[in-house]
Amino acid sequence: MLLSEVGYARPETLEQALEVLAENSGARALAGGQTLINVMKSRAASPDVLVDLGGLAELRGIELGSDGTLELGAMTTYTELIGSAEARARPILGEVCAQIADVQVRNRGTIGGNVCSSDPTNHLPPLLVAVGATFTIASRDGERTVPAEEFFLGVYMTAAGQGELLTKIAIPPGRKDGFATVPVGVDGTCIVNAAASVNGEVRVALGCVGATPEVVRPASADEDAVREAVRAADLDPPGDVHASAEYRKHLAEIVAARAVEQAAGRKS
Amino acid sequence: MEVVTSQRISVEVNGTTYEREVEARRLLIHLLRDDLDLTGSHVGCDTGNCGACSVILDGALVKSCMLLAVQADGASIETVEGLSEDEELTPLQQAFRDQHGLQCGYCTPGMLMSATALLRDNPSPSDDEISKAIQGNICRCTGYWNIVKAIKAASGQEVE
Repeated sequence: MLLSEVGYARPETLEQALEVLAENSGARALAGGQTLINVMKSRAASPDVLVDLGGLAELRGIELGSDGTLELGAMTTYTELIGSAEARARPILGEVCAQIADVQVRNRGTIGGNVCSSDPTNHLPPLLVAVGATFTIASRDGERTVPAEEFFLGVYMTAAGQGELLTKIAIPPGRKDGFATVPVGVDGTCIVNAAASVNGEVRVALGCVGATPEVVRPASADEDAVREAVRAADLDPPGDVHASAEYRKHLAEIVAARAVEQAAGRKS
Repeated sequence: MEVVTSQRISVEVNGTTYEREVEARRLLIHLLRDDLDLTGSHVGCDTGNCGACSVILDGALVKSCMLLAVQADGASIETVEGLSEDEELTPLQQAFRDQHGLQCGYCTPGMLMSATALLRDNPSPSDDEISKAIQGNICRCTGYWNIVKAIKAASGQEVE
């Protein structure tokens, strides 16, 4: 399919990337392109300029700090994360990335692209909210950090505004995490998903039930407490061809309980 | 920083280097098929779902309809045309023939590239590993069973 005419820049440094993003109000960062190129085909997005991040070594790499904090470059692909020895410090990350789409998409798709597209059915937004990740956003004016919970603002909308770029995702130490989903076919689009973290407090983030991940904090990891917390959140999920709103609400309780069970059962 | 709407790129495809001026909006699959006349890679869905356009780019299996040609500047690409160096079928292609791993054949170029990528990483895959590896390739004839058998046979394992 023919895309609309578009400008293209391939910066070699972060500074150049931020410059071209700042100077072109209709510019979009092109990470792995596994969402953006398709939405450009359907004309659901029509950027004036694509800023190809493929040449920026600064946005790649996975580092495990001495305090156990994992730092992931925004351009890290799912495949790189799955194969990373460092990323095994937080095993859920590789496990969930291995469930995303297929080999081809995992080879190109990036964690930064996954979160910046802020599609409510994506895997990583609820996961990164549950594990308490922090996102670094850069612009020509400098850097700021935003907690994952405040990064997702709406469907396809994030805290990374015009002229800004997500550069890094930091994940605190912890191992007791879980993830559960009911997808459309194996590794398909999520109908409902839930990520849970039981490192200290119990935190669950539900995906596909609203515009952004819905956070619930059950009093304990007991199934009854988790289900009660999800019920108390009084979700109002959308209905579509895959599941009615009522059914999604029903599934939300179940996947939350499964995610917490996996998290609580994992060795710390 | 300069913004362009077209750019001269150089790609190596199956060992041959090509230089072309391409528009930024041009997808890699169209560069391969329309500019380089390498029509073995197919366009099935054009939405990134079917995998008929799968090629190996710098060693990684990708769908060439979800990549701009300009993003492939400087890359080394393998397509189905490059599997066999002469008129002989490779063991993988022969296994697809022996095991009836194709019906209409439309998905076959993508299936072969996915299988090639799999067998490089994992020379002796299980049925489950093969199924996972071709998850991104849709066979609209639904002939998956024989495709899995063909890939298994090509790996030198016994098939029923």
